[in-house]
Amino acid sequence: MATVDKSKVPWWVSNLIVPLVNLTLALFVSGLFIFIAGENPYEAVKLIIYGSFGYIEGFAYTLYYTTNFIFTGLAFAVAFHCRLFNIGGEGQAYIGGLGVFLVAINFSFLPVPIVWFLAVGGAVVFGAAWAFIPAYLQATRGSHVVITTIMFNFIAASLMVFLLVDVIRDTTQMGPHTVALPKEQWFPSFEDFAALLGIKIRYSPLNISFLLAIVASVFVWFLVWKTRWGYEMRAVGHNTQAAIYAGISPYKNIIIAMCISGGLAGLLGVNEILGVHHKIVAGFPAGYGFTGIAVALMGRNHPIGIFPAAFLFGILYQGGSEVTFDMPNITRYMFVAVQGVIILFSGALENLFRPQIENFFVNRLNLKANA
Amino acid sequence: MEFLSDIASLINSTLRISTPLVFAAMAGIFAERSGVIDFSLEGKMLMAAFVAAVGSYFLGNPWLGLFLAIIACVSLSMLHGFASVTYKGDQVVSCVAINILIIGLTTALAAAWFGQAGLTPTLNEDQRFLEVNLPFAKSLKDVPIIGTIYSDILSGHYIFVYLAYLTVPLVFWVVFKTSFGLRLRAVGENPSAVDTAGINVFAMRYKALAINGVLIAFAGAHLSTAVNANFFREMSAGRGYLALAAMIFGKWHPKTALVACLLFGFTDALQIRLQGVELPAIGEIPVQLIQALPYVLTVVLLAGFVGKAIAPNAIGQPYIKER
Amino acid sequence: MVSPILELKNINKSFGHVHANKNINLTINKGTIHGIIGENGAGKSTLMSIVFGLYKANSGTIKVNGKEINLRSPKDSIVNGIGMVHQHFMLVENFTVLENIILGFEGELVFGKNFVKAKKDLKNLCDTYKLNIDLNSIISDLSVGFRQRVEILKSLYRGAEILILDEPTGVLTPQEVDELFKILRSLNEEGKTIVLITHKLIEIMDLTSQVSVMRQGEMVGHIKTKDTNKEQLAEMMVGRSVLLRLDKSEVKTGDVVFKVEDLTVKDDLDVTRVKNVNLEICAGEILGLAGVTGNGQTELLEALSGIRKVESGEIYLDGKKISDSQNFLNPRELKEKGLAHVPEDRQRMGLVTDFKAYENLIFGYHDQQPFSKSSILNNKDIISHSKTIMEEYDVRPQSPNLITSNFSGGNQQKIILSRELNEKPKVLLVGQPTRGVDIGAIEFIHQRLIDMRDRGAAILLVSVELDEVLSLSDRIAVMFDGKIVGEKENKNVTDRELGLLMAGVV
Repeated sequence: MATVDKSKVPWWVSNLIVPLVNLTLALFVSGLFIFIAGENPYEAVKLIIYGSFGYIEGFAYTLYYTTNFIFTGLAFAVAFHCRLFNIGGEGQAYIGGLGVFLVAINFSFLPVPIVWFLAVGGAVVFGAAWAFIPAYLQATRGSHVVITTIMFNFIAASLMVFLLVDVIRDTTQMGPHTVALPKEQWFPSFEDFAALLGIKIRYSPLNISFLLAIVASVFVWFLVWKTRWGYEMRAVGHNTQAAIYAGISPYKNIIIAMCISGGLAGLLGVNEILGVHHKIVAGFPAGYGFTGIAVALMGRNHPIGIFPAAFLFGILYQGGSEVTFDMPNITRYMFVAVQGVIILFSGALENLFRPQIENFFVNRLNLKANA
Repeated sequence: MEFLSDIASLINSTLRISTPLVFAAMAGIFAERSGVIDFSLEGKMLMAAFVAAVGSYFLGNPWLGLFLAIIACVSLSMLHGFASVTYKGDQVVSCVAINILIIGLTTALAAAWFGQAGLTPTLNEDQRFLEVNLPFAKSLKDVPIIGTIYSDILSGHYIFVYLAYLTVPLVFWVVFKTSFGLRLRAVGENPSAVDTAGINVFAMRYKALAINGVLIAFAGAHLSTAVNANFFREMSAGRGYLALAAMIFGKWHPKTALVACLLFGFTDALQIRLQGVELPAIGEIPVQLIQALPYVLTVVLLAGFVGKAIAPNAIGQPYIKER
Repeated sequence: MVSPILELKNINKSFGHVHANKNINLTINKGTIHGIIGENGAGKSTLMSIVFGLYKANSGTIKVNGKEINLRSPKDSIVNGIGMVHQHFMLVENFTVLENIILGFEGELVFGKNFVKAKKDLKNLCDTYKLNIDLNSIISDLSVGFRQRVEILKSLYRGAEILILDEPTGVLTPQEVDELFKILRSLNEEGKTIVLITHKLIEIMDLTSQVSVMRQGEMVGHIKTKDTNKEQLAEMMVGRSVLLRLDKSEVKTGDVVFKVEDLTVKDDLDVTRVKNVNLEICAGEILGLAGVTGNGQTELLEALSGIRKVESGEIYLDGKKISDSQNFLNPRELKEKGLAHVPEDRQRMGLVTDFKAYENLIFGYHDQQPFSKSSILNNKDIISHSKTIMEEYDVRPQSPNLITSNFSGGNQQKIILSRELNEKPKVLLVGQPTRGVDIGAIEFIHQRLIDMRDRGAAILLVSVELDEVLSLSDRIAVMFDGKIVGEKENKNVTDRELGLLMAGVV
């Protein structure tokens, strides 16, 4: 067994080189899947790069997906700092979207910026509320959040379909969706901004929610690393008994962490409802909640890591849709599989080559120091 | 009389619907009794369903499909072991990875190979398992009570249904009456004690995971080559998690886990029956809400009855031999 | 005619960059009781774990009865007649004695014939060695002393000719130690070879015929017990002459600062573990609480420090009530009031080992100024504060940004002590302050505790090491079965008297 004197490992080896090696491995395995599906992985990579960077709208799409992944990635990360596996981002985002819509439609008499502000609040409150029950059960009953949050995803899906079919459906239309919000409430899109500058581009879903995602990242960074609450959450996550010893309540922190996590996931609803669909469409979270797990684990649960990880998944999603367009054998589910592989290599198997890599660099640095 | 036959058909459906849950819960008992968390029952069940359907379609024999499903599930179990036993990775993360990987991979490959959105071709009668009619089921049908129980409830199930309920006493016997079971339980409680008794902790956990893989394969094959005649996207529909909840509710014990599985099966059978039915005083319950019943029940069971202290003592912790 | 039963040649073992065993040579003769002595961390347990096949040596050879053996797992050593009783018992708590003993040696796949035979064999063994164990009891119902007997019986059943015991007396009362030694002597008379690992000189002198001394991973000498004495062994162990007695001034006590009245506490399983306990501690006094592990000391400490709810009774600090069954202050509030707590199990409770050192140095005080202001942490002040106290308490390495798990056990303990002592508490609760700490650090920690006392702090010292309690305390209370069964001035008490109290005899 190669064990290393941890204090001698430079930070960039553990936090940069190792994750990159893991990512490379994951992408290599993903290439194998594409090969099994009967397509050429190299061609697929070319399509991905073209689709996500090759033209301005494509790039805008990439950033739009990035926005969603930042929200769900941050959501998973906050809970994970308290050692809670919130895999219910999907359901929390769905319910968060309901919050956005209900607030926006019921307060449409108020000035638009205030409605936006309240709608963001609605997303957070609804998302947090949906995370609260699993959190409460974990804190008081020890019911594992992995099971309860998954169940709450199913329940959210049933509930939303019920609401969309029987309660808040736009009765003038066939599909299970609501009426559209008034146009002035729609978030300004990238297209609008380009038009202001006199540049005419085609539609893309990118909108000012992207800025909200950046604000959320800064918020999470500040919360986790700079405040007493973050400190206490991390203490509970790493060692619950020690937390109790220090007078930190695990009960309170489990609930706070899960609710903040749910609230962040709910923000996905802001991007989707105010920014893109302008109404609730059945199934709009479309798996973004699960992708957040991969994003957070790849980004080592730190906002600075989550941003590039979300961007990478943005590339995979947007480039991936280019691939599915050109390669009949590839569907978007292939990229769900890719997420699984990335979680495997940057989460569960993150120590696969860590000792070897760290050893390699420590030895090299020692050689240099001795020379 | 109609009431009686209603009850009979409800029990009949309960037995059928509980079947994959029973296999999965038994599979979960092996993994978790050995100290390895297994949230990946869901993914493995889905994988088995896919492989069984595809294997049976190409090879023309459902038994061969089942065999391939077993190989696939054992491989996934080994992957889980590789990450969480050998490399001491986080067991829950490993499970989540497997689940997401399999949701994506099965659907993507089905689409790539068969061109339909995540659907495999329909299996013909030779390619799938058929209902088994027990001997004399026909002739006993009209005997009161016995006929109902024997012919309407017990007879006419898929082979997996019978196997599932035979598995339970078998699991009980293995876990509590054999030396393998003694070691299995010990390794989940105190791996150091097992190690110092000269037994390889890692090997024990891998063995438990292998059995886990075999059992969960039956659950998947049941879904795609018996009750259905093809694989479709996310067809396991949370059953892996339900089974896990049943196992936890059953305190990691085969008999009580079976009871919990039957309870889930019954709820599901009931919700199917209740769809579109006018209930007195309530009226018709919207189908979407009824469908959520098993999921709600899972949450309620986990919340209401589980104590923290019953889980195997060493569960979720990788065994670190040298400090 | 003496013949070697176990021979070790040039054994080396490293854990990462720590060289735990360096070129160890050791010969143990058949039918002897052989002691291996050394400080905590000298490498004794590592060496014996290698002999037992649990750890793999990096190099070296092992011979049993003159034949070289290759140890791949404990199985190989068990087959070769080696048995080991570990410091932390290797028992499955919810299994019966019988199940624990046959584990790995069931002899058949399905329980049947051999199961019955095992029962009969074990009964015979119990009779031969007067072990008096009910094979059907569940381990968790047994006392520590009985669990140890189960471990011995387990080794015998597996055919051990060499029995290694790793620090077997740490958890026993003096009387239980006598019982154990009686058993060991009778085993020895039956021809078994005993290897006793300990850091207690008195046990070596009492029991062994041969002794080997280890220091910092090396074997520094082998000697016949009758040719040596405690002082010489101590010097070999430490590498310099040591004071076996602490420098301690006369006690100058002040008013009662901390008072416990009629306290009752339950554990997580709702079992009453502390029963109507009364205690008083004055300023400038150390009250030692002696007792065998598991007699309620842990729950008492937890209740006094605000971790565990009080069932009934009252706790007073400075004459003001701080806790009863209705109201209680949480640990953070107690710390603000001047009650500090060094917990028994530091890795489990006192620290978050994944945190950086500076984060642990404010743990529990993190919401106080200047460390945080309106819930925002002031990292600059925290780090400069950390640097100061790390220097003052000689925590090595002095890098506040290093993750805590990279510090040695002794330095982790110093991180906790420096944190708790630095706030100049009025009352200090200390549990097992020197568990797993090397001798240099023990001296340092003991001196700090005495300094605190001299500065007027009221200290409650809970320790299962009777020597520690005797050398530090001004008064000694003994806890047995949740009750305080005796209280004595330290001046005129012997360890025998305390031992009887600890065993609940008087």
